[in-house]
Amino acid sequence: MMHDCANWAIETAKLRGATYADARVMDVRQRDISTKNGEVGTLMESETLGIGIRVVASGAWGFASTDRLTREGVQACAAEAVAIAKASALAKREDVALAPEQTYVDTWQNPFLKDPFHIPVERQIDLLLAADKEMRRVKGVTLAEGAMSFRRIDQLFVSSTGSSIHQLKMQSGAGIVATSFSDGEIQKRSYPNSFGGQHTLEGYELIESIDLVGNAQRTGEEAVALHSAAQCPERTSTIILGASQLSLQIHESIGHPIELDRVLGQEANFAGMSFLTVEKLRKLKYGSEIVNVVADARLAHGPGLGTFAYDDEGVPAQCTPIITNGLFTGYLSNRETAAAIGGTRSNGTMRTESWNRLPIIRMTNISLNPGAWKYDELIADTDDAILMETNRSWSIDDRRYHFQFSTEIGWEIKNGKKTRMIKNPSYSGITTEFWNSCDAICSREYWTLWGTPNCGKGQPMQTMGTGHGASPARFRNIKVGVAFAK
Amino acid sequence: MIRTRTKSRPNITGGRANDGARFTSAALEKIAERIMKFSEAGETEVEISSTTDALTRFANNTIHQNVAEHTLHISVRAVVDGRTARSATNKTDDESLRRVTAAATRLAKNQPEYPDLLPMFGPQKYNRVARFFSATAAATPQDRARAVTRVCQMAEKNKQTAAGIFSTGEVQSVLVNSKGLFASYKETDAEFSVTVLESNSSGWAKANSPDIREIKPDALAARASLKAADSRSPRELPPGHYTAILEPSAVLDLVGFLFYDFAGTAVLDKRSCFNDRMGKKIFGDNITLWDDVYHPLQAGAPYDGEGFPRQKVLLVDRGVPKNLVYARATAKKMKTKPTGHGFALPNEYGEAPMNLVFAGGDKSVDEMIRSTERGFLVTRLWYIREVDPYAKILTGMTRDGTFLVENGRVAGGIRNFRFNQSILEMLSNVEMLGPAVRAAGEESFEMVVPAMKVRNFHFSEVTKF
Repeated sequence: MMHDCANWAIETAKLRGATYADARVMDVRQRDISTKNGEVGTLMESETLGIGIRVVASGAWGFASTDRLTREGVQACAAEAVAIAKASALAKREDVALAPEQTYVDTWQNPFLKDPFHIPVERQIDLLLAADKEMRRVKGVTLAEGAMSFRRIDQLFVSSTGSSIHQLKMQSGAGIVATSFSDGEIQKRSYPNSFGGQHTLEGYELIESIDLVGNAQRTGEEAVALHSAAQCPERTSTIILGASQLSLQIHESIGHPIELDRVLGQEANFAGMSFLTVEKLRKLKYGSEIVNVVADARLAHGPGLGTFAYDDEGVPAQCTPIITNGLFTGYLSNRETAAAIGGTRSNGTMRTESWNRLPIIRMTNISLNPGAWKYDELIADTDDAILMETNRSWSIDDRRYHFQFSTEIGWEIKNGKKTRMIKNPSYSGITTEFWNSCDAICSREYWTLWGTPNCGKGQPMQTMGTGHGASPARFRNIKVGVAFAK
Repeated sequence: MIRTRTKSRPNITGGRANDGARFTSAALEKIAERIMKFSEAGETEVEISSTTDALTRFANNTIHQNVAEHTLHISVRAVVDGRTARSATNKTDDESLRRVTAAATRLAKNQPEYPDLLPMFGPQKYNRVARFFSATAAATPQDRARAVTRVCQMAEKNKQTAAGIFSTGEVQSVLVNSKGLFASYKETDAEFSVTVLESNSSGWAKANSPDIREIKPDALAARASLKAADSRSPRELPPGHYTAILEPSAVLDLVGFLFYDFAGTAVLDKRSCFNDRMGKKIFGDNITLWDDVYHPLQAGAPYDGEGFPRQKVLLVDRGVPKNLVYARATAKKMKTKPTGHGFALPNEYGEAPMNLVFAGGDKSVDEMIRSTERGFLVTRLWYIREVDPYAKILTGMTRDGTFLVENGRVAGGIRNFRFNQSILEMLSNVEMLGPAVRAAGEESFEMVVPAMKVRNFHFSEVTKF
């Protein structure tokens, strides 16, 4: 059925005058479970099936989507896409030009051990409720929450140039949160990460590996202990960032500014632009010499939310060096933007949220390569610093220069030892100054490929999962505590 | 941009959907009737929506994306022995409808009893709202392209660059349950947003309305163009506490962060900034706030996720938080009456007011500027996130038109600032209010808010542009 729909779309688009067309038929299944204070919150399964058709006609783009997958429905949708392209041509400055790409006929599926949709839902609920109970055993925890989500994406890409690519992706994610309200203050701790926990391109084996129940009591205890911790001072300081917080720092201050559609102004009205204008490529010292960042969508990089075999424009997954020994060396591109800057090929980052959305440039797995430090040796090597872990809030300007992050918890490092707990830690700075201040990165054994399931971009808004590998790292001369300064 | 919540109006009726041209209310009702026949649950609720959306996107003075979508969303909630769950599909064949109905029942059976679950209720009477406009539904790609072409030509003429969107859409939804409840709602939506750029400055304007005839792309683009020109070659000023004149879009995106705090469930969960503060004066005398879906500048259905009629609620009266909003189950727990603000069940958030309406004042932005010795005029804010949930400190950036005001006049553009500001303090420091208008931003859905002149606003750091 998927092939029939895609072929009807391509044939109709060509008959209507499209010079290029591609179609994505996507069948997406999702399960969402949440618990709160011993009760089930959300319990929902959903499925959605439809087709998105993208065309070039009269030298301009058009896109239409429908879930009416009869021959008549698909043909009407393809005709609408062509009509929209012809309307786009009213405000055309030049014809759409695409970097060349080969055609592919392929099938791919990410490896997973346990299909989460075959695990009984009551078992999944029981696990969340067991973690919930452990958190609420801690006196002072006023709110215990847990969540799991699973997504199965079955998709077929067909293009008018002959590609036909079938991919099946299975995503899993889970996390818990303990919140404590006391004396006019709300503190919280999350495990294994905030804002939904950890998410990867794996099956239920991910959930079994993160031991929510075994970490629940500590999570609750830390939330309560934060009330009596010392306030993060306002000063310039050395900081050490835990891997999950650093993954978000990578996302915001490297992942977004390297999106070539931003750089070229296509996101100016909403997501913003980028300070990484094209003359900076292979000239800007983005970070210190130990900073090496890649955009790697290949399975060899790990089961990240940015892992696939082909992007949603039919371009194979690639590994692109983004920062090489501190030097800015690469963007995220698609076939159109690669051509616009004189590139020879897209590096394969076009992704769509679902069948009803146009693919746009998105992060794949944007990861900081591991360094050489053992974690204990990094702490022992640090005289005076604040160690910050687990994101609490994040914000960055629309050109990606100035950022501010706060984390759920911090610890003072004094004379090579982790000492007292710090509450309300925050830090801020300018992107390139920050990455140039990095003087130590922990090794592979402390490196985790974190999943960010909720990256928003585009109009209409699309939510996408991205991956970010990181290990703890140290940064010098960073402003801390400004968020709470009076 | 990592999201914490949906910018768009939360879907209180349990799903999102499509293809208004394909499905009338009667057609959706027939699908619901088929589901009711398939259901073996003790109680069954069906929400179906059919949506058509189209969006023309432009940048660098040309259309670069132009899309349309037609979708259907069918959502079934089953109740079995005090347990409830939901399942959704976009397929209308008998096999799919049987499957989605059986899935909701299976999920409901396989969970612990839900102690707060109340029985479904029967037919209700709803106040009429008229939010469907044929002119909006009839808009074509050519209509949008012609308006965008004019805007791009204006930018070219001014040696500027325009980027933005022009969107139109319609949605038809129905909500029925096995107790005989039937609710139906349809609305249209039109939106135009434009950013005009120069080499070192930018300006922005945006409007949203159910009626496309209220959207004036040329006037909005002219406003953004003027802001870009007036903020050319911005100066860098030191961070600190300044008087801030916040245009309605900036106010909207800040106060939008309060709306979950007004939920009864948020107070029960002790995650609301109104815990221990209800009935106490925490804002200035000039702050009065309602939730009012029936306000002529508001949008949305007159019923909540269970089909309960929505009520107008006075949330803040002259600086004092007076009332919260309640779903049925929350109201029972808190020994009060439901207000018709519940989300579709099951959920962990309970409810929220989604039609905030501020009492405005009578001062224009020009009067605010004339009365200011030194301060900043702020067009728009960006990437606002919560730093402290109880002190309600928010951080974010100014964007696309930030100006110095000196000695009663606008004295040129300034580089953008980061702010760290408690909204509770901000709403205690409001010196002047403009008339309340329907404002559109990017962090929160549309509300009726005024421009505000606020003293002692904390601009904590400055960026590079």
